[in-house]
Amino acid sequence: MPLLDRHGWRDDPFERLENGLVAAAGSVLVPWAVVAEALASRRPGQALGVEVANDLDPAALRPQLAGLDLVSIVFPSYADGRGFSLARRLRRLGFERRLRARGPLIADQLADALACGFDEIELDEASAGRQPIEQWLRAAEAFTANYQRGYATTESILERRRARRNAPDRETAGAF
Amino acid sequence: MYRYDEFDERFVRERVAQFRDQVARRLDGSLTEEEFKPLRLRNGVYLQLHAYMLRIAVPYGTLSGRQLRQLALIAERYDRGYGHFTTRQNIQFNWPKLRDVPAILDLLADVEMHCIQTSGNCIRNVTADHFAGVAADEVEDPRPTAELIRQWSTNHPEFCYLPRKFKVAVTGAEEDRAAIGVHDVGLRLLRHPETGALGYRVLVGGGLGRTPIVGKVVREFLPKAELLAYLEAVMRVYNAEGRRDNKYKARVKILVHELGEEEFARRVEAEFAQLDGPSINADPEEVARIAAYFAPPAYESLPARSARLEAAKATNPALAGFVTTNVFPHRVPGYAAVTVSLKLIGGAPGDATAEQMRAVADLAERYSFDELRVSHHQNLVLPHVRQDDLPAVFAALAAAGLATANVGLVTDIIACPGLDYCALATARSIPIAQSVAERFRDPVRQQEIGPLNIKISGCINACGHHHVGHIGILGLEKNGIENYQITLGGDASEKTALGERLGPGIAAEEVPEAIERLVEVYLAARGAGESFIDTTRRIGLEPFKAAFQSFARKEVQDAAA
Amino acid sequence: MAKPNQPPLPSILIANDLLDGEVLFRTVSGWSPAVADALVAEDLATARQLEAEAAAATRRQEVVDAYLVEIARDAAGRPVPTHYRERIKTLGPSHRPDLGKQAAEAPAAGR
Ligand code: SF4
Repeated sequence: MPLLDRHGWRDDPFERLENGLVAAAGSVLVPWAVVAEALASRRPGQALGVEVANDLDPAALRPQLAGLDLVSIVFPSYADGRGFSLARRLRRLGFERRLRARGPLIADQLADALACGFDEIELDEASAGRQPIEQWLRAAEAFTANYQRGYATTESILERRRARRNAPDRETAGAF
Repeated sequence: MYRYDEFDERFVRERVAQFRDQVARRLDGSLTEEEFKPLRLRNGVYLQLHAYMLRIAVPYGTLSGRQLRQLALIAERYDRGYGHFTTRQNIQFNWPKLRDVPAILDLLADVEMHCIQTSGNCIRNVTADHFAGVAADEVEDPRPTAELIRQWSTNHPEFCYLPRKFKVAVTGAEEDRAAIGVHDVGLRLLRHPETGALGYRVLVGGGLGRTPIVGKVVREFLPKAELLAYLEAVMRVYNAEGRRDNKYKARVKILVHELGEEEFARRVEAEFAQLDGPSINADPEEVARIAAYFAPPAYESLPARSARLEAAKATNPALAGFVTTNVFPHRVPGYAAVTVSLKLIGGAPGDATAEQMRAVADLAERYSFDELRVSHHQNLVLPHVRQDDLPAVFAALAAAGLATANVGLVTDIIACPGLDYCALATARSIPIAQSVAERFRDPVRQQEIGPLNIKISGCINACGHHHVGHIGILGLEKNGIENYQITLGGDASEKTALGERLGPGIAAEEVPEAIERLVEVYLAARGAGESFIDTTRRIGLEPFKAAFQSFARKEVQDAAA
Repeated sequence: MAKPNQPPLPSILIANDLLDGEVLFRTVSGWSPAVADALVAEDLATARQLEAEAAAATRRQEVVDAYLVEIARDAAGRPVPTHYRERIKTLGPSHRPDLGKQAAEAPAAGR
């Protein structure tokens, strides 16, 4: 399925498998149900990803996180924002590898996904067909900065204001 | 008032560009209607019965004269010359074209306004006490808190795809004029009983609609500086665990109810404990920066009593009556807050024409430090008027047809747009409000009856807050005709109470007479100086039920005969 | 009331213009803002055709919220929705005869 990140379409190195028996040699993505099996049977150096539902308790994933190269969180619809909170919690647990949002997202959500800690979005063919990559990249740049601290990939407005206040050139620092 | 800095300004301009792009993508087929709908809602664009509707945010109900003038301009240029002030302190236009919305957003951005998150399953426009900065019983002005939350909740990357809409209200006063008990989150500013430090009592899970519930206190005292981290914890628990299987069970009130308030509070605290507060909360300089915009205006020092006003009242009974009903005491001697009633007899509650908006904007600029408020009672407020100026303000309002002296009285009726506009409605609200107001139009009689809040909703969504009306009216459909349920005993104040149904639903034509019967019961039973709601509390529902039911029964028999 | 999947009869197809929101009625050949122009489905086959047209026009980005509405005929033979909601939709806000379609139709409008 089409995969994109902040730079555009990209190839998906992960092969999706339906069971945990890691027959393939390359990077594989398996369902959550078989993650233990897959971890046990993977070859040395073989990248392993797991796909999880958006209502999974992050504590359940915690013991496996260190061994995973990819976590793919399923969005049943673009209006279901649970995946964003799950992503935040996984990042807070220290997961630093690839985080994927999979589902019928829309272009405007690329920025949200990146801000919540996702690296990439996997779409179905229909929504990818309707939404050219330019729309995603443009939408991702829609805002120079957001208000929330601790989210954005760029500095928040609050940080920018603080920098302004502490700037040596106080002349320009005042509110009008 | 808060003023945008360069960051706010750029943000709002970028938001307009984003919406323009979204509309273009809808029109070229990149987005389906299903995909576009949540996006347009998040920008306040609804599809109503006759046309699109655009809801504009009036953050915590505060406006300047210039902003109100711009709304008047939009009403004329892009609508039909009027707008409707809502129970959430916003304004909505009933006839904009989708193709014009981006241009309207440009005009709004010119005066530091927007439509961001006035609808959709996200954190909505934050509301606050309309007498903020005015009332004597205030611990702190709630508007800096509301502005901080407005910014924090705007375009939140994690919390814009919630199970359902999420409404926050803030008050800093003892008397709750912001109805915090019926919001998803209600915040009450208070001082810690021992340390004297400022903080918030946090209520979660209040709401009206299909399942009306009064919010539960989940935190008795939250230090002021920790607000945003705590809200992040509440929102994350709700976003992750709120029900998404049934839209009628998706509000946070159901989650709080199903988990129990202790368990809900425990989960929030567990999440909160994991958060790194200092990296989330606004730093003290930022809080101070926002608060500075709400510093009191340059009041003159005046005697507490205005001789000029007293003299004018003595010769002008209409002015005296107006002062009794529409003027609220100000904490600064010699000043007063004036409520401009948008409940003209024969009008639609909350509607104002472009000319009326300009007339009020003039008064705000001239007499009220260029400040205005929208109240959730769908009225406007001039918050800081010198008592000496009240005769002039009254005369100007009278000339503009805006001197209706009925604030808090039986004709100051809250009504949602109902089926005359709203696509979700099951019955009309406005004609009901009009017929009840017509019945009680005599000003002497209104004074005689005293404070009485009637609230009308055109469907179970309860935008007219009927559950918390002293008398509530809910419009439904029964056998293909409109049918109205009457409730009694609701209260939106700090004594939050939900009204109870008096009996079977009645036809539209019967509503004024039914209200009349309830008022008769009250007048017969009241003690000296006792208000309608106090009497209902004292004598209970039974006498009202009996009167209502004998009326409703008789109507049914007459109809059958 | 019509059963699910069973279109109401007689009926007309009502929708809002995607770009300006105005209430429109499906005619034999397109859309009209006047209910009098509406094509009335008297039989199931026509109603089904209107339903198909609702879906197609929605896909073509012409209209939104297109659906069939049951009607009766007034004295002049014009279609009038049987439900009060749809009647209000074809007329305008009931407390504001000066607004909506009813305003254009009223003789007082001086046209
Ligand atoms: S209460 Fe119902 S009818 Fe009234 S505005 Fe809300 S959704 Fe519409």
